[in-house]
Amino acid sequence: MKVVVTATGEGLDSELDPRFGRASSFILFDTETGDTKAVDNSGGVQAAQGAGVQAAEVVSRLGAECVVTGHCGPKAFRALQAAGIEVYTGASGTVSEAVEQLKAGTLERAAAPDVGGHWA
Amino acid sequence: MIVAIASGKGGTGKTTVAVNLALSMSADVQLLDCDVEAPNAHLFLRPRIDSSDTAGIPVPIVDPERCNGCGECSQLCQYNAIVTLRSGAMVFPELCHGCGGCIRVCPEGAISEKLRPIGVVEQGRTGRVRLLQGRLNVGESLAPPLIRAVRSHAASGTVVLIDAPPGTSCPMISAVRGCDLVILVTEPTPFGLNDLALAVEAVRALGIPCGVVVNRTGTGDHRVHEYCAAQGLEIMLEIPDDRRIAEAYARGLTLVEAVPEIRPLFAGLAARIEAMAAMKSVRSVQKDGVHASLRVPV
Repeated sequence: MKVVVTATGEGLDSELDPRFGRASSFILFDTETGDTKAVDNSGGVQAAQGAGVQAAEVVSRLGAECVVTGHCGPKAFRALQAAGIEVYTGASGTVSEAVEQLKAGTLERAAAPDVGGHWA
Repeated sequence: MIVAIASGKGGTGKTTVAVNLALSMSADVQLLDCDVEAPNAHLFLRPRIDSSDTAGIPVPIVDPERCNGCGECSQLCQYNAIVTLRSGAMVFPELCHGCGGCIRVCPEGAISEKLRPIGVVEQGRTGRVRLLQGRLNVGESLAPPLIRAVRSHAASGTVVLIDAPPGTSCPMISAVRGCDLVILVTEPTPFGLNDLALAVEAVRALGIPCGVVVNRTGTGDHRVHEYCAAQGLEIMLEIPDDRRIAEAYARGLTLVEAVPEIRPLFAGLAARIEAMAAMKSVRSVQKDGVHASLRVPV
């Protein structure tokens, strides 16, 4: 399964970024092969508006099946849902710890956005 | 002849000047209340509203049968109002500025547009004053399209006064762009001066002549007057600091009805504007029949 984790840096040992749309980068992790790829999200960080929406577009293009992050707002959630991408919120620690939390089943799949727009 | 009454700082008296100037004209006049987030000229004019039209911005609709997910639309959109997901293009109407670009770049012809209402344009009359006002729906953030909708009703044969929103950002620019004259209302305080200077810069960048009205003269300091002298800005009118004016305002009364000695001040300014309008119409007829700046870009 291909997972995108929002991150403050570019490696598996970097801290998870609790923001989805304005995360510094996205780490694409393949749970079957262990392959990782870091994608810069400066477009989202600098977006005047719609950061979450454009982040959902990036994640969709990466072919991810699920997103692991801290929080997800309403428009980003709608876009991810439309793309058929599962959202797991409430993750913390490093990127690899967040992946372990997902594998262990300790993260709950979000059924709705957990914050309003522009929460941070 | 379109005259915008604007200011950098809010609460300096734009509406007071616009309403009393309109009531002081000797002929029919239009007053366009373009402060669409808080139109308040109607509180003083109390017109009978005789028409109300919905105004909106065109937002895209994607035909999922024709969208092949190429992403041209979302690459073009600077506002992230349309994104391309695995499922195809998805629109977020609340982020859309209505430029229509996505429709033009779509190679599949999959995008059409529909009007998303953002407010209303209301019209009414009080004596010689035809009032038009925009009223932005609560929660909307895009004032300029509604301001343009109000301005599209500007008549060509009469003096048109525009009550502009405060500040120097997009709504203010939308209200003053293309006008023949901007009257900047300020108060003689450091805050008033700071924001007057910003407004003067904005109006000069647009290439529009401007003059100043100083409200509550007698309070504050002399720096606004010194600034105007140094900048070659004419002070077209000074409204004295007078408790009766504040009391009339608080009751929703106009100055020309409540404070008799104010009448000649506004009558003088109104006559000057009417004279300018007459000169302008003579000049434009001599030139090419229709003066281009009288037409409002929509």
